[in-house]
This record gives sequence, structure tokens and C-alpha cells, in this order.
Amino acid sequence: MDVYVEAKGRKKTEDKFDLPQGTLDLLIMRVVSLGPIHGYAIAQRIQQVSREALQVQQGSLYPALHRLEYKKLLSSHWKPSETGREAKFYELTAKGRAHLKIESENWTRLTDVVGLILKGTVEGL
Amino acid sequence: MSWLRRLFTHKQLESELDRELRFHFESQVADKVRSGIAEGEARRLTRLEFGGIEQIKEVCRERRGTLWLESIARDLRYGVRTLRRTPGFTAIAVVVMALGIGANVALFTVVRNILLKPLPYHDAGRLVSIYERDLRPGHPEWSPYLPVDAGSAKEWQQAAQGMAEMAFVSPWQQYNVSAEGGKLPERIDAAWCSWNFFPLLGVEPALGRVFSADDDRPDAAATVVLSYSFWKQRYGGDPAIIGKSIWLNSSPYAVIGVLPRQFFYSTKMWDTHIQAWTPLMREAPGSLLANYEDHEFLVTARLLNGTTFPVLIDRLRAVQKRIVAAHPKPAVHDSVAGMPMLDDVVWGYKTPLYALLAATGCVLLIACMNVAGLLIARTAARAREQAIRNALGGGRLRLIRERLAESTILSVSSGLLGLALAWIGVRWLVHARQDMPRVENIHIDGVVLSFAAGAIVLCTLFAGLIAAASSVNTRILSALHESSRTHTGGRAKAGFRRALLVAQVGVTVVLLVGAGLLLRSYERLCGVDLGVPVDNVLTMRVSLPVVQYSKPEQCVEFFEELIARVRALPGVNAAGLVSTPPGEGWGGDDVMSVVEHGSPNQQGTDMMVRGADPGYFRAIGIPLLSGRVFRGDERLQRANVAVISQAAARVFFPHENPIGKHLRDDFSGQVVEVVGVVGDTRWYPSALPQPTLYWPIYGNDYSVATIVVRSTRDAASFALPVEKIVADLNPNLPVSDVMTLRESLHSTNLSYEFNAVLVLTFAFIALVLAAAGLYGVLAYLVTQRTTEIGIRIALGAQRRRLIALILTDGLWPALLGLAVGLVASGTIVRLIASMLYDTQPLNVAIFATVAGVLMLIAVVACLVPAWRASRIDPLQALRME
Repeated sequence: MDVYVEAKGRKKTEDKFDLPQGTLDLLIMRVVSLGPIHGYAIAQRIQQVSREALQVQQGSLYPALHRLEYKKLLSSHWKPSETGREAKFYELTAKGRAHLKIESENWTRLTDVVGLILKGTVEGL
Repeated sequence: MSWLRRLFTHKQLESELDRELRFHFESQVADKVRSGIAEGEARRLTRLEFGGIEQIKEVCRERRGTLWLESIARDLRYGVRTLRRTPGFTAIAVVVMALGIGANVALFTVVRNILLKPLPYHDAGRLVSIYERDLRPGHPEWSPYLPVDAGSAKEWQQAAQGMAEMAFVSPWQQYNVSAEGGKLPERIDAAWCSWNFFPLLGVEPALGRVFSADDDRPDAAATVVLSYSFWKQRYGGDPAIIGKSIWLNSSPYAVIGVLPRQFFYSTKMWDTHIQAWTPLMREAPGSLLANYEDHEFLVTARLLNGTTFPVLIDRLRAVQKRIVAAHPKPAVHDSVAGMPMLDDVVWGYKTPLYALLAATGCVLLIACMNVAGLLIARTAARAREQAIRNALGGGRLRLIRERLAESTILSVSSGLLGLALAWIGVRWLVHARQDMPRVENIHIDGVVLSFAAGAIVLCTLFAGLIAAASSVNTRILSALHESSRTHTGGRAKAGFRRALLVAQVGVTVVLLVGAGLLLRSYERLCGVDLGVPVDNVLTMRVSLPVVQYSKPEQCVEFFEELIARVRALPGVNAAGLVSTPPGEGWGGDDVMSVVEHGSPNQQGTDMMVRGADPGYFRAIGIPLLSGRVFRGDERLQRANVAVISQAAARVFFPHENPIGKHLRDDFSGQVVEVVGVVGDTRWYPSALPQPTLYWPIYGNDYSVATIVVRSTRDAASFALPVEKIVADLNPNLPVSDVMTLRESLHSTNLSYEFNAVLVLTFAFIALVLAAAGLYGVLAYLVTQRTTEIGIRIALGAQRRRLIALILTDGLWPALLGLAVGLVASGTIVRLIASMLYDTQPLNVAIFATVAGVLMLIAVVACLVPAWRASRIDPLQALRME
């Protein structure tokens, strides 16, 4: 997935970096797992939680949401938002919850291992 | 939600997507406003951050998984729209391809039903037909497959035990069915068969039973099995017929069964519908059954447990070698040949049908190439649009898909039209060619429909991909340049079309050559001299049942009375009797030798034998060359005189006068004196005249005769009066095979005419398409070069030289195609050699004519655009940019 996320406060040339495959999905699912939420709020939440480091572009967010919904990891329904306007709220399905659990564990393991190697001494390698 | 449902809820999904994104947008704007930015500025900033909202939607659609279907639908919609914009082009393309597809599907239907479908018998793949053959010199080469004598057949059956089961049929039998219950008497085609014939084929009767071994004995009661159509037609499909008796040749036969409707029997030797079957051993005279020289039977065998066909044939050849050693007579054949029964049934139809299918294939190919050419031209005309789209990031694949969508629409609509045409075509074919075996079962079925679908897919891919291939190569910049200022534009693309044209012209040439050869064969055949004038001659057959006319005197008396009364009819110029008139079949042959030339054991020579009355020669118009014809009193015991044909005189009496010499029938021992020599006739239009002997039909055991009536006016009008005379003499006698000599000629020439006309039609279509292609490419080139030509004219180029320039440009592919086509024809025509009559496959005149016609058409097709180019007004041309 050619998702990129802009990191704020840096120079334009450096602020684009590729999120590893599937990472955005993971972030989205994590945010959605906290309760029904609409697309705009998801973007806001990721931005806040990452302390403004990550800004998810609409062009990446919505295709990802639609794909997750198509894969039946998310379900959606329309209801009034906090401003009173109708918005599309996403929710994790049972399948999505299971998927999130596995993927989070995988991610943790992967980053641990990668970190281990990157920080390891020459002798350790 | 399945993708299918998503597709159908397309509208709703789209509006939801729109609402969702809009909500996001508005929320973002609202946040900005809250943080103190003015609303207008907030919107602008948000829009900047958002990027293209349509792009986001597109990616979402893609992720949704229905895009491929949606885009196909869209491509098709575009395709329909573009095609509708040029109705002329669309109509031409559709009609051209529909003709091609229709012809192919129709021919394939025929090929499948006649050549490919297994015979309607049990395990038909194991059924074979076995014939005799004679490898010794001097035997007529016209047929490597000869019918079998009962003696050999019996020995074969013994020898093949455990390898194959054999059944015997003698299909050239006829019976007179007596008038009964208000029905007219009728003469029917019948066959004798051994009792195991139907079980061997695995045919179950529709009604009653088939023969048992007990029916198939000389002393058995008379039984008959009827064909379905005869039962329907004469007995109204009455099931109570089983067990009743019908009168055949004035004797009662018990009807024991009716064959199923789909049953049919046909071989290369016999393709007339057999209306009744009788058991062989009961019907055939004993003398015939122990005989090795009288070849009256066809053998059908079923290969048993793993025996292969060559093994069986080898075994039988060994047997036949023994037989010919034991019976060293010229009429005993020395070898055996055979073929799968299916090949036997479709004998003589295989090559022509495959040739026709190949011809229709060529037409379709040409049609596809034409449509591809047209699509290329349209693509080329839109080169700038394509280049711009390309520059803006339109994928190449997308462009190919659009071409394919267009060709899909064209192919599918022409396929549907083609199917309709094929349906009509098949109906016509069935109607026009009742002579073909299994023709009554021809219909369009699932396999044919799949064939049609395959043809449509092939057309789509062929036309679409060629067109697409030529557009994809476009270099963006050069395309943009080309269509603006470079004036030799579009030449590379035309190169592609030219290559297509070469192929197209080549195929057309092959078709034209084939058509030319077939047409010439047909013309040769129509020009064949039967040996007699064919106009205003009516022939009709009467046959006297042996039971009622057991003594020769009775037959002679009847015939004499009959012909005298026919001659007395007003308007009849001359009338005669003959056993078989010219052009109406083999009629019978015998081995004869010249008495004056030596010992009785000397090998005789085969010749045709005919019975004739004294008036026959004048009536049919065979010229008397020397001596005399029969006299009225040369009848019965005094019927031992003969008139021979010129060919017979040449063969039997090379350097002497045949008059007064004697011929002996090697089979019966009868000796006849030659009293006259008459002109040659042909027994079949495409067969060479055979040596023929005529002897008096009054005597010599003739109970069947053909009445020949010659008049100065329409001979067909005598059918009724003559039938009346016959009914007057004996109300139970049927009259059969009523036709004029010209009709019978026409029916035998039918297949030649049919092939020639069809292939000529295809060749004509191909020629028109090729001409259209030539014209199209050149016209396109001229349009592309308008500016250049304008400049040339402005600079003083002569119009005549311009014409020559353009003309050579256009004629090149035609010349090249012509060369390719002529070379290809040289090899291909050999394949249709068996369909030709008296025509060499490599006929220089035909090849030259085809070359001439093609070049003429090509010049005409190219002249129009060339002339138009020379009329270009330089000012106009330059202003056009």
C-alpha cells in the first residue's frame, strides 16, 4: 500500500516517509477499537495521539477504511455526529477485533526484533 | 455485501462516499474556522490539503473491489457512444463481420452434423465398411472400393470370427407395392440384409421387432421391416400394421417391425433412402449366394475386443488371395479395402465441406482484417486525443481496453446478426442439398453455439488487439507533432494496415483461384456431351413383378403393347425402351469376350450392358454408325443380337469390322452376334464413356424398363398420359423415377454447381472487402498527406505524376498480396483436386485471370483516392492546418 504519512514540523523534503505495509490499517483499527468513530475523527485522533507527528491524508485514509470495510474487518453505519450532521461511523467487527489482536502482537514482536538488531553491538551480531 | 450487490447499489454507494468526504471536508473547515481563520480562507486551505477529491473517490472505488466491472461497463458505454457517432462505419463493420460469422457458423453446423457427429448406432466408432478392390492392371480406376460377392463375404465372415462380426446388405433392391385400400401402387427402394444387421448396429425397432435368424432362411415365411418415413407416409403411422401383410411384387409379406425415425443407412455406394428391409437369405436367389463373380453386397463389420482395423483388413486380404487363387476368373477381385463407417457415409462430402468451411474461414479472416483496418484508421484519426490522454497519464492498458471494448461491441452484435444469418443459411443448405447424407438431422445445437461464441471472441481479440497494437506504439510527442505540422504523417501506422492488406489480398487470391477452378469444373461438366441430345426427353421407369409376369413372353407382350400406345400419343416424336438411359446410373455390366478371338478360357473384358427396343436409338438420339439396329422380330429366343458402342468396337475389335462377329457373356455363356455400331454415351456425366453393349430388351430376362419419350415440345407434359396408359394396362403397376433427361443431369451436377457458386460468392465478398481495404488505406494516406500534396502542387508538381505517385503507393500491397496469394494457391489447390472435373489444379489460364481481375479491381480502388489527391486545391490544403 502506497500510504504515506506526513510528519509535521519538518522540512518538506524529509517529512514524507513510507509507513510499512499495513501499518496505517493497524493504526486505524486501533483507533476504531475504542468505539464507533467517523473518518475525520480517526484522522484527528491519530494526529493527537502521535503528538502531531503523523498526519493522515484523506487520500490514504478513506481508501484504507473502504478496503477494511470490504474485507469485513470494519462495519459502518450512519448517525448524527457531535455537530449534529450525519456522519459515517466505523466499528470493529468480531473478525476485525481478532485481526487487530494478532496484528498488534505481530507488530510488537517485529519492532522488538528489529530494534534488538539495530541497537545490538557488533559482537552481538 | 458481495461485490455484485455493491455493483447494483452503485448509486447509493457513490452518494455515501460523497457525503462521507464532504463531512470530512466540512469538519476540517469548521476546525480551521474555530482556530480563527476566516471561512473563505479556511475552505481554500482545506481544499489545498485535501488534494483532488475525485482522485480519492477513484482510489476508494478501486479498493471497494468493483472498479474492474464498473470500468468495463464504462468502456462499453464509451464504445457504444463512439460507434453510434459513426453509424455508417458501424453498420459496415457489423454487416461485414456478421456475414463472415454467419457463413462460418452455418458451414460448421453442417460439418459437425454430417462429418463429426458419430453415427446414430451403438458404439459407432467400432463400425467399419469393407469392400473388395482390384489391384490388377486393366481394372477401372474410378473406384478403389467395389461391392462384395456372396462367396467371399461368407469366407470373410468365417475367417474374421472372434475379430469382427459381419453383416451383409444388398441395397439395390426394389419392390412393387400393390395398390391396396385406395392407395396407388408404388415402387420402393428396398434392401436385403442379413438378420444380424440391425443387432450389429445396435438399432432397436420403433415398433414390433427386427429380423431373427429364423426369418433369414430360404424356407422362412416372408417378412418385412419398414422404414419410419415409409410407414408414416404410406400407412399413416398406423401401429396396427404390425402383423398385417402387405403385397410386395404381388406376394404377401408380414410386417414385423418399423425402424426408428433417426435410423438411416447410407454408404458411398448407396445413398437413397431405403423404404423396406427384407431378410437376405430368404430373398436372394440361391445362385447368387454361392457366387464369387457377382458383386451384390455391402459388408458392415463391428470390430470385436481390441481388434484393430488394419489387422482385420490384413486377415481378409490373405483370405481374398486364397479365393482368387481358387477361382481364377477376371471378375473375382484380388484384394480388400475398407474404411470406418462414418467415412463411408460421408464419402464424397468430406473434402468439399471442409473446403467450404476453409473458404468461409478465409472470409471471416478478411472481414476481421477489414474491421481491424477500420478501427486503426479511427484510432489514427484520434491520434492527438490519444497522445494528450497519454500525456495526462491515461494508461496504455486503458487505451487497449477501449479498443477491445469497441471491437467487443462490434463482434458481439455481428455475432448475433451472424447467428440469425447462420440459421437462415442452414435452412437453405438443408433445402438445397437434400442429397447429403444425414442432412435431415442438421440443426444448430450447443456445440455450434459455443463455436459461434468462440468465433466472436476470436474476432474481438483479432480486430481489437491489432487495432490496439497499432495505437499503443504511438510516441506521445511525435503523435502531437504529426497531427500538427509534419506532413508525411501517419505513414508508420499505415504500414501496419498495409501488412494487413497484403494478407487480405493474399487470402482473396486463394479464394478466387479456388472459385475459378470449381467454376471451370462445373462449366466443363455442364458442357459434357452425354452422347445424346438432352432436351425434351422424358424418362420413366416401369417394372413388372415376377409373380404376375413369370414368363418372358408376358413381359415382352406388355412392353410391346405399352410402347406402341406411347408412340401413338399425339405430340410424341419417338419413344423407346431401355434398361437404363444415359446419365442415369451404372445400370449393370458384364464380362464379355470375342468368340472369334480364341479359346473360351481367355480373359474377357468388362463392358456396360443395356437392354433396348428397336426404337430406342432413334428416340434417345444415339447415332447409328454402321450396320443396323435390332429388328422387331429379334425377340425372345431370337434376341441373340447385339449393337455395340464405338468405344466397345475400339476395345474388342481394334482393327477389324465388328459386324457379324460374336461376343460371349463369360458369366452366362450366352453368345450374341454384333449387328451394328452406335455412338458412345456416358452412364454418369463426369465418367468417361464406357464400352457398351445393347441387346434386345424383348427377351434377355428384362422385367424392368425405362420408357424414353422424345418430343418437340416440353417432354414433362407426357408424364401423365404415359402413366395413364400404364394404369390402363395394369392398374397395380407403379411408375417411378419420372424425370426429364435434363433434370437428371442437373441433379447429378448439383454438388459441383453448389460448391462453385458458394466458393464464388465467398471469393466475391473477399474481393469486395479487399477492394474496400485498398481504397480505405489509400484514401486515409491521401488525407494525411493533404498538406504535403498541396505544397507539391503549389510548387508545380504535375497532376498526372501525382496520380502515378499515389497509385504506386497503393498498388504495392496489392502486388505483394497477389504474389503471396498465387504462391499459396499453388499448394492449396492440390487439396481440392478431388472436387475438380477435367480441370488441372494448376490451371495457368485461371491463375492469370485471377491476377488480372485482382489488379484491375486494385487499380480501380486506388484510382479514386489518387485522382482526388490530384484535384487538391493547394490553397485549401494549406489553409486546413
